Amino acid sequence: MNIDLSRRGFLKLAGAGVAATSLGAMGFGGAEAAELAHVRKFKLAETSETRNTCPYCSVACGVIIYARADEAGKRRVVHIEGDADHPVNRGTLCPKGSALKDFVNAETRLTEPMIRRAGSDRFEPISWDEALDKIARAIKDDRDANLVTTNEAGVPVNRWSTTGFLAASATTNETAWLTYKVVRSMGIVGFDNQARV
Amino acid sequence: MTNSWTDIKNTDLVIVMGGNAAEAHPCGFKWVTEAKHHRGAKLIVVDPRFTRTASVSDYYAPIRPGSDIAFLMGMIRWMIENDKVQWSYVKAFTNASLLVKEEFGWADGLFTGYDEEKRDYDRSSWEYQLGEDGFALTDPTLQHPRCVWNLLKAHVDVYTPEMVERICGTPKERFLKIAEMIGECSSPTKTMTSMYALGWTQHAKGSQNIRGMAMLQLILGNIGVPGGGMNALRGHSNIQGLTDIGLMSNLIPGYLNIPTEKEPDWETYMKSRQFKPLLPGQTSYWQNYSKFMVSFQKSMWGDAATAENDWAYHYLPKLDVPAYDMLRMFELMDQGKVNLYFCQGFNPLLALSNRGKNTSALSKLKLLVVMDPLQTETARFWENHGAFNDVDPAAIQTEVIELPTSCFAEDEGALVNSGRWLQWHWAAAEPPGQARHDTWIMAQIFNRVRELYAAEGGAFPDPILNLTWPYADPSTPMPDELAREMNGTALADVTDPADPTKVLTAAGKQVTSFAELRDDGSTACGCWIYSGCFNEDGNNMARRDNSDPSGLGVHSNWAWSWPLNRRTLYNRASADLDGKPWDPERALLSWNGERWEGHDVPDIAPTAKPGEVMPFIMNPEGVSRLFSRGMMRDGPFPTHMEPFESPVQNVFNDRMRGNPVARMFESDAATLGTSDEFPFVATSYRLTEHFHYWTKHNKVNAAMQPEFFVEISEELAVEKGIQRGGKVRVWSKRGEVWAKALVTKRIKPLTCDGKTVHVVGIPLHWGFVGAAKKGWGPNSLTPAVGDANIETPEFKAFLVNIEPATGEALA
Repeated sequence: MNIDLSRRGFLKLAGAGVAATSLGAMGFGGAEAAELAHVRKFKLAETSETRNTCPYCSVACGVIIYARADEAGKRRVVHIEGDADHPVNRGTLCPKGSALKDFVNAETRLTEPMIRRAGSDRFEPISWDEALDKIARAIKDDRDANLVTTNEAGVPVNRWSTTGFLAASATTNETAWLTYKVVRSMGIVGFDNQARV
Repeated sequence: MTNSWTDIKNTDLVIVMGGNAAEAHPCGFKWVTEAKHHRGAKLIVVDPRFTRTASVSDYYAPIRPGSDIAFLMGMIRWMIENDKVQWSYVKAFTNASLLVKEEFGWADGLFTGYDEEKRDYDRSSWEYQLGEDGFALTDPTLQHPRCVWNLLKAHVDVYTPEMVERICGTPKERFLKIAEMIGECSSPTKTMTSMYALGWTQHAKGSQNIRGMAMLQLILGNIGVPGGGMNALRGHSNIQGLTDIGLMSNLIPGYLNIPTEKEPDWETYMKSRQFKPLLPGQTSYWQNYSKFMVSFQKSMWGDAATAENDWAYHYLPKLDVPAYDMLRMFELMDQGKVNLYFCQGFNPLLALSNRGKNTSALSKLKLLVVMDPLQTETARFWENHGAFNDVDPAAIQTEVIELPTSCFAEDEGALVNSGRWLQWHWAAAEPPGQARHDTWIMAQIFNRVRELYAAEGGAFPDPILNLTWPYADPSTPMPDELAREMNGTALADVTDPADPTKVLTAAGKQVTSFAELRDDGSTACGCWIYSGCFNEDGNNMARRDNSDPSGLGVHSNWAWSWPLNRRTLYNRASADLDGKPWDPERALLSWNGERWEGHDVPDIAPTAKPGEVMPFIMNPEGVSRLFSRGMMRDGPFPTHMEPFESPVQNVFNDRMRGNPVARMFESDAATLGTSDEFPFVATSYRLTEHFHYWTKHNKVNAAMQPEFFVEISEELAVEKGIQRGGKVRVWSKRGEVWAKALVTKRIKPLTCDGKTVHVVGIPLHWGFVGAAKKGWGPNSLTPAVGDANIETPEFKAFLVNIEPATGEALA
């Protein structure tokens, strides 16, 4: 079961074996080098394999993501398949999991911060710095204006209900914990996540 | 889930009711197939539609949407009447023998204490009789008329098979056949598992649906045992994690509570959280509450949380209402009382009930911030898409900022599966364009706000200025740093209470588990139930040993499950009062005369004697509850309640509409329809080719199910003159949609209370952005009323009308 050899390594070995035996034995010599020069390398030889989890339902099937660098040098996903070692899904995926690559590389992925101004009929780009400063300012101003520090009985309540935060359903625990710290420290009570619906 | 996906292979009988696992959880459903093939297990499906799960079942029965409680109470009645009760389990491990106050009762569909004005119960009579020693009175012989068992018997008496047929529309002979199949699992060596999902939660009495089945499972002795349990099939990959970590209005990580303003100080807050045992010798593990709470405060505010300032108790908000859940927030938003709203990977325009109200509410915000990997309808709620989103952008003043985030393939961290396994995953690629990790975005927002408070001062800045931020790069907290915070750390040496000279964990080290947490400020822990996930052994969530020496699908060394890497909750109940497994073939744990041993981490103190300490250690009773005291707002037993929009009246009380204690805002009450105007029952559901509103962005999935449709019976099609594949208009009191008609044999008309009831099925995957054809979701039609206990909206049973519409008919 625990063969200490990755699949990629195994393919490399197998490929080398084929070249050495068949081509070499038939004595192609110089022709061999010319032939190899325009044979495309195995895609797998340049891809990385990463263990991940399907982001859809809570069966949480294990997946293996294959990625390699694009022209700009950014690692891009080229293939996703079920992880045969995973005890729950044992390598299988459903019609959604099988098409995960299309989610990662969807044309409708967001790639830059955008803003829609009041009354406008379109989004326009905004820099990260400008967007984040605008958000921080809006938080500070609304909290300063509307944080209820004490109730009528004089009890400290430090409650802020004019700003709300909906958290996700597929972010990691670690994102969730950082989100929790930030939202709670500000006194936001309109806090919820997708489990509600 | 009390059990795990892989545990399902141990079952003898699967009941899928309130879910459709073959469709919505296909790879998990394979464990049902495994049980059928290798154990000869049977599968029962009870559902308004003959679903994909039903198509591979051994027996199917139809049921009217929103009538599940009557079916389940009928089942319990049949088990009692036919002596299909696991008596040893019920007598020892449930509260069957505890005596209830004399004043408690039920009449006309209502329990004692109902106040129509307040739409609430005075729950003081829903309680045990206590002796002078503070312990509950009991009658182990179950003869006392006030014992829980006899009250339960009386409560379910009205739910005869005939009454079940009258309310649910389930034919009597089908009900009885299922009762016989389930009854076999009262044997100590036969087990049933319940697999349910949003078909049970999305009702104004969803929590009571689930309690109904949990009670049945207790009566059969099926909780805590291999192949048994109550298995909630969570919908999203980390909805379990986000709930565990308490990202809700009233929660603190690990199911602790945000204080209310009736708890003005720490002492008052802790006073109602003593959790004194209600029976002698019981564990009542929540007695450790203060340790988890103080450690949480230390994790949040470090040195600023001291014994002198009550661990910075006033840094926490105090609630004036039970919760500012999203239904309440959208109501406040619609009243113009919310200015700023954040949506992190959430698409409420389509996900929250009553879309018209959602659009109106979002239009009143000053600023909406959306963080998402994909375009969402919410971020574009102001954009005109003809009939699919008929708004005037010029009239909407809300500013919207859309921030691009990474997705799973580009992120590292843990997700919690339905079986509570925290599984670590790694980033495979880089986010596209300028997209960034959510952690970076949250850190950027926080750091900028903190800088503003440091520079300008402002309203109560202390909890912001003093929030712990112990990250090597403050602009980019790393997943392992955050996971270690949740596990918890010793701030001073943690010593053995029995031997103070013995240091268990030295200052600065990760605590081993929550057993080392203290309430003196010497430990910090973000989420106590996760304690042990990343201790000095390293990142246990990243473990990948898939071996299973138990043969029972325990997989103890794969990832890590909460709590304490325990795979089956209440597993002590898998053995009898002597500590012997009920079924030697499926032995999870046993008592060796000195301690518990076996394949799973015992859900009890390792040396707790089997005849003395009962298995349900989180309950002050030590036993499970057939009678839930005053812990649920709508009753200590489930009682039949109609949906808020129903084709029939409540047979017990024709004045009662829906759940009599569910919260109802005036604006929502005005949008409820009645069956004379809206004669058909609608219900929402998912398709296996799609995941909510995400996969419509994928060309493959969009091609497999390209177009919005509604599903109706052949009989309704004939009645309304609707062509197969023809276009129809469906409308409710709140909105309308146009769809292709899928005319099937999978839905049949039911007869309820003498009336023919037609069901309209409405799948939920379409919107106005993405690669699929534009369409609508059920939330254009559904009412904004939530469950009385947890405010999950009633998506699964509401009223509509339907008519043929002009447009091309495609077969």
